[in-house]
Amino acid sequence: MPKKSSPVALPAEPAPPVRLSVRKTYKLFIGGKFPRSESGRTYVVNGDNVALASRKDARDAVLAARVAQAKWAGATAYNRGQVLYRVAEMLEARRAEFAALGVPAGELDAAADRWVWYAGWADKIAQVAGSANPVAGPFFNISAPEPTGVVAVVAPPSLLGLTSVIAPAVVTGNTAVVLAPDPQVGITLAEVLATSDVPGGVVNILTGRHAETAPWLASHADVNALDLTGVEHADLAAELERSAAGTLKRVVRHRPGADFTGDPGLRPMTMLLETKTVWHPKGE
Amino acid sequence: MFEYAPAPESRSVVEIAPSYGLFIDGEFTSPAEGGTFKTVNPASEEVLAEVASAGSDDVDRAVAAARRAFGPWSALPGAERAKYLFRIARIIQERSRELAVLESLDNGKPIKESRDVDLPLVAAHFFYYAGWADKLAYAGFGPDPRPLGVAGQVIPWNFPLLMLAWKVAPALATGNTVVLKPAETTPLSALFFADVCRQADLPPGVVNIVTGAGDTGAYLVQHPDVNKVAFTGSTEVGRQIARSVAGTGKRLTLELGGKAANIVFDDAPIDQAVEGIVTGIFFNQGHVCCAGSRLLVQESVAEELLSSLKRRMATLRVGDPLDKNTDVGAINSAVQLARITELSEIGAAEGAERWSPACDLPDRGFWFAPTIFTGVTQAHRIAREEIFGPVLSVLTFRTPAEAVEKANNTPYGLSAGIWTEKGSRILAVADKLRAGVVWANTFNKFDPASPFGGYKESGYGREGGRHGLEAYLA
Amino acid sequence: MTATTPLGLSDLRSFLRGLPGVDKVGVESRAAALATRSVKASAKATAIDLAIRMVDLTTLEGADTPGKVRALCAKGMRPDPADPGCPPVAAICVYPAMVPVAAAALAGSGVRLASVATAFPSGQAPLEVKLADTRAAVAAGADEIDMVISRGAFLAGDYDRVFAEIVAVKEACGGAHLKVILETGELATYDNVRRASWLAMLAGADFIKTSTGKVAVNATLPITLVMLEAVRDFRERYGRQVGVKPAGGIRTTKDAIKYLVVINETAGDDWLDPDWFRFGASSLLNDLLMQRTKLTTGHYAGPDYFTLD
Repeated sequence: MPKKSSPVALPAEPAPPVRLSVRKTYKLFIGGKFPRSESGRTYVVNGDNVALASRKDARDAVLAARVAQAKWAGATAYNRGQVLYRVAEMLEARRAEFAALGVPAGELDAAADRWVWYAGWADKIAQVAGSANPVAGPFFNISAPEPTGVVAVVAPPSLLGLTSVIAPAVVTGNTAVVLAPDPQVGITLAEVLATSDVPGGVVNILTGRHAETAPWLASHADVNALDLTGVEHADLAAELERSAAGTLKRVVRHRPGADFTGDPGLRPMTMLLETKTVWHPKGE
Repeated sequence: MFEYAPAPESRSVVEIAPSYGLFIDGEFTSPAEGGTFKTVNPASEEVLAEVASAGSDDVDRAVAAARRAFGPWSALPGAERAKYLFRIARIIQERSRELAVLESLDNGKPIKESRDVDLPLVAAHFFYYAGWADKLAYAGFGPDPRPLGVAGQVIPWNFPLLMLAWKVAPALATGNTVVLKPAETTPLSALFFADVCRQADLPPGVVNIVTGAGDTGAYLVQHPDVNKVAFTGSTEVGRQIARSVAGTGKRLTLELGGKAANIVFDDAPIDQAVEGIVTGIFFNQGHVCCAGSRLLVQESVAEELLSSLKRRMATLRVGDPLDKNTDVGAINSAVQLARITELSEIGAAEGAERWSPACDLPDRGFWFAPTIFTGVTQAHRIAREEIFGPVLSVLTFRTPAEAVEKANNTPYGLSAGIWTEKGSRILAVADKLRAGVVWANTFNKFDPASPFGGYKESGYGREGGRHGLEAYLA
Repeated sequence: MTATTPLGLSDLRSFLRGLPGVDKVGVESRAAALATRSVKASAKATAIDLAIRMVDLTTLEGADTPGKVRALCAKGMRPDPADPGCPPVAAICVYPAMVPVAAAALAGSGVRLASVATAFPSGQAPLEVKLADTRAAVAAGADEIDMVISRGAFLAGDYDRVFAEIVAVKEACGGAHLKVILETGELATYDNVRRASWLAMLAGADFIKTSTGKVAVNATLPITLVMLEAVRDFRERYGRQVGVKPAGGIRTTKDAIKYLVVINETAGDDWLDPDWFRFGASSLLNDLLMQRTKLTTGHYAGPDYFTLD
């Protein structure tokens, strides 16, 4: 009689595999693309490797900003306004991601609202900052604001701070090279911009040590304006301002610890605008 | 030939003292260290007066006087400040012939320009900004715009009194007080303006005039108790000032050099274009930061235009600035004459073709015949560097895009001209030119209501109009 | 019709439209700048005598009589009876009906006789009438004919008709000089003044003249400047010199000297001559005489010391 086989011990149910998350690589944002630093360097932030921008990355970013500038300035103000509004939409959509980076919900609300606020300025700033001039003669005479060109920005770290320096620069048709002190917030915002119909090169975001890259931007002859809002140290700010004098860049001075929650007023935009006055005779 | 007999404006309307002190706190005072320099008539090299050279102690005194005056002056109701400025405008109108003759004597510019351009604009500028003093809340700079404090202002020699007006009028209207340094070669009209302030009973210390050379100016702009620096002059000095102000938090506006393109298209109103070219480069001997010093002419009409231009240049009357029929006066100084001469020689050496009409230049004084260079390319130094004299570089272009590209191909961006009868072309080209002032079918027009200032290395900030207030408001 | 001229012109309309435009503000400011020239002392004396020699002393009234015309001729030949050094005027200008009287009065004087013709001042008559008017004036002794163009035809764009009329009148003039009145006040724009100037010169005008003196806007400095630019450029292009005559509204020595300055600095020396520049005027002459006397005597003159004719 066949032996009754003993029951076979079934292998234990394997524990469901722990899914390995797909981590984000924090790269730079130049010309609408996300390249690594040409230097190959990274540094660690919150356990992530992020790109450490070099002077050559800064140079490439200025080039990308310059290439993009004429077309962006030439877009209709209505179009630029819609693009900025789209940024606010995309920012809302990434609410969770910014929250995970530690951005408080209230700050995200404020940042999204600020993009909306600036979006509305696109087709109004020329009416507020321009003028029809009653000259004493038979001449048509108007003054209208124009973007100054390529703006290099040493940004403050917070999302609201970043928004408060980038939006006023680009809404009027400037393009920007931004040094973002908080790389994760900065690059996540770059991803928002990249999905918001902002043409490549209009905003370029570099991460790393601004003490290393900012001097190259301050002295770069193809940069028209330098925004030092986010520079923490007075000595560095003064040094950058001196350097900017080499080609007489427009300089927005540093404001360490600035509070961005209040009404920004017009100056963040007008500081980066030129006024062009056109004369023409009136005769039949 | 119909020769006009000499028609000299009388010098007797102006009495120049043998020497002048510094105007500080409402009084003419001697400089602490006692230095003086001479100011000469560039048309004759005659010494007009000895003028005090302000040292650091003097600038300290002037800034301190301005600081003391700032509190009460800024606290005055705007309507009262306005009335002081209206008074100043009126006194300038009343004394305009005297001031015009003085300006021509010290600067060398033709009397018809000082009489018909400079002085009327000076009075108009004060009149314009006077009216703003009690309306600042409506200027678009917030509900309660505040003055900055003491303004240190340094002005050039090409339009001495007009540049003073551009600086002083908006500063005072907005409630700031002023320490102003006129140029070393043209200090007299600023010193006469001090007397205008006294006649207007302007409170002591509101306007202080310190005369001197570059050191005086450098000391003024670096003074720690100055809140605002305004400078008009060369790009090189502007750069130095921007460096020295860096990190101090002082507000800064700069109105610097230029190398304006005056673009003539083939459908231009040709006779008016020729006038515009002549006005553009020979007005005020070409000592104009916004001078149309590069003529860009469409190749298809270049020959015709140049022949008209040369014919027109042959009628320019060069000589005694006080003669009412003089079109081109004296070069302001020996130093400036040397620079114009040097750059012109370089132009010829680099292969450009030089032409001037036959004209007799006086034996004494500093003179340079109206000159054009043809066959100039973008690579020539005379196409890139500001000459600041009656020297025109002529280049050609084939298409509107090429004209714009050449016009913008310079670190400067102060002004530009466009000549065409086609309206849509004017608007398109004006849009693309990187320049703060674009004159279409006209040139070298100025008005107190019209903002003026440059892009790029031509400086920043605007003078004139509502925009001109911003530089003096917090 | 396609206009054909001895100058090889084939398409009048496109030629006239192809002329460079005139910027109103620019030309007026240029004229105003030239008007600030200060002409003093010996230059002023020379200018006054030249201006007197350029006057077309004019009477064009319905009330003109032989007596009035004879008096005017006497005045033109000897403007200042007290000073034999005072030059005569260039010409006497009268209606065709007065030409015989004037011809007799001026005979042998060297002062020329000009007559308006072609249904002056409106020009609104058939061509045959205009030609008959012209031939009659010439036959009666006119040396110069001042014709009017058909402004209506010009403004309607019928350049060919205006051209053809000038050609026909020129032919009717025979040996007489033809001055073509553009009536610039009715042409309204400087662009039209420039086009009409070229049209008249291409059609054979010896002179181009601003105005009849019978409309609201007569000669002005900037209009004359535009016309002087036209004769200058025309000579440069075709080699033929054409004269210019501003008429109407020029009343003072100061005004006349401004015109001389504009000639001097626009067309140049060659036009500073009664053969190439005229003032169509009447009251101007006495002001020139008063200023002339002031220069020679050193004191201001009064109108009672000059004849009123």
